[in-house]
Amino acid sequence: MVDRNPWLTFLSHAVLILGVAIVAFPLYLALIASTHTAEAIVQSPMPLLPGAHMWENYRDALVGSGKLGSTTNVMHMMWVSFVVAMIITVGKIAISLLSAFAIVYFRFPFKMLCFWAIFVTLMLPVEVRILPTYKVVADLGLLNSYAGLTLPLIASATATFLFRQFFLTVPDELVEAARIDGAGPMRFFIDILVPLSRTSIAALFVIQFIYGWNQYLWPLLMTTSEDMYPVVIGIKRMLAGGEAAVDWNIVMATAILAMLPPTAVVILMQKWFVKGLVDTEK
Amino acid sequence: MEKRVLFRSTWLPWVLIAPQLAIIGVFFFLPAGQAVLQSFQLEDAFGMSREWVGLENFRQLLTNPDYLGSFQRTAVFSVLVAGIGIVVSLALAIFADRIVRFAMVYKTLLIVPYAVAPVIAGVLWVFLFSPSIGVVTYYLGRLGITWNHLMNENQAMALIVLASVWKQISYNFLFFLAGLQSIPKALIEAASIDGAGPWRRFWNIQLPLLSPTTFFLLVINIVYAFFDTFGIIDAATQGGPGQSTSILVYKVYLDGFKALDLGGSAAQSVILMAIVIVLTVIQFRYVEKKVQY
Repeated sequence: MVDRNPWLTFLSHAVLILGVAIVAFPLYLALIASTHTAEAIVQSPMPLLPGAHMWENYRDALVGSGKLGSTTNVMHMMWVSFVVAMIITVGKIAISLLSAFAIVYFRFPFKMLCFWAIFVTLMLPVEVRILPTYKVVADLGLLNSYAGLTLPLIASATATFLFRQFFLTVPDELVEAARIDGAGPMRFFIDILVPLSRTSIAALFVIQFIYGWNQYLWPLLMTTSEDMYPVVIGIKRMLAGGEAAVDWNIVMATAILAMLPPTAVVILMQKWFVKGLVDTEK
Repeated sequence: MEKRVLFRSTWLPWVLIAPQLAIIGVFFFLPAGQAVLQSFQLEDAFGMSREWVGLENFRQLLTNPDYLGSFQRTAVFSVLVAGIGIVVSLALAIFADRIVRFAMVYKTLLIVPYAVAPVIAGVLWVFLFSPSIGVVTYYLGRLGITWNHLMNENQAMALIVLASVWKQISYNFLFFLAGLQSIPKALIEAASIDGAGPWRRFWNIQLPLLSPTTFFLLVINIVYAFFDTFGIIDAATQGGPGQSTSILVYKVYLDGFKALDLGGSAAQSVILMAIVIVLTVIQFRYVEKKVQY
């Protein structure tokens, strides 16, 4: 910074600490609530310091059942969320790499039409077309299946555009060199293009994993069978009994567990996360 | 834009592009087309009969005070979410840009809400503001403020705005920080030599140069408030009390899946699609003309 005004630096830290404290407060309180008994929490005001029941609460949430008003446990729900997030992430990246490769490196009839068809999907999130999409999935008999949970969410163009932009910056000399060495298009794709796209793939992975893990509306409509509930649906279901009947300690333990994987991905892969955010919105 | 060197094959590009075309065809164009078709039809809830009613569904929607009310609430909600979110994150980014020490710690903590699912964000904030057990409710009560978002419409709106802003702060913050860091240091230094203080520099240099970022975030935040806040609302207020927090996306869901008004819900979907398309076009037109510095 140009001037070193100590007051301004002090003010900066003060504002940021206040901001961080407010942002972190709901998370902190969830963590605290997950270490107390249900009785301690419903006392008003609830304790603001950690309690001694952390282990039981997390154990009850992870493997206990019945108590949650459903027959499955959070462990299973986390597994469902994980599978859904991974299918969406890997599926999107795979089909987008292929179609971006076709669009950038080949000339074929109706290429522009295909390009625009994909482009249009950028605009409409699944939320605005829920009912008809639900009908299509139901007609295909895909309700309560991983295919039904993931395929409609893979149908979007963000990743295709990201890869297209990136492929356009790859020097043409690489293709020429590969050709002279006798490599066909697929050889070039697998041995040169995909390795070059590593950072874009990592960035997309972070964004799409969070997107897939946090999906709510679509699974809410799609799943009627409890063993297909992702964990975010599970949490909402625990609250269904009305406020008095809710075991807040278990709900909060579950919330913390449900937040862990995406939070870990964001923090551990922070560099790619920021790159992914900036790139996908260009 | 095209590559100079292209591969030659008549069938390979089709094989490569087929998976994506198949998925968007079945799960995007088919349903979107059906939504448009259904919006002109009247169908009973059991799917036994349907008849062509032209613009009747739209006419009914646009004369329905419930729907118009929802439109208005959505407008208020998205303006509040975008406005508050942008101002708060801009302030945080300006201060975070100034400091060196602990910058990484602040940044890491501020990006965590991005990873939290909207529905969990809703649950966390309801827990704080629960009329019976909420901690914040308790302390507000000590200050003489009665908080009950299950009864008070404005408080319900305030709660979902708060939770939605909280969840979006990370995103806005990161973009503002990146925007600030891309402003050439020489500009700031020159202004400083000319005697401009920090406030003046912010107002006359940083803020104008951030205007592309701000505009971009405005559109993104409005889209976010329109569509991605479903989980927050479903967890926090479920559209209530009355209809006071049922924004357009929530209403599509309520009318389509709870009330089984298929034609009406489809017409609402079509209107929503039109809104997204307009917003996207605005954004793309603007990005084309983006200010360069």
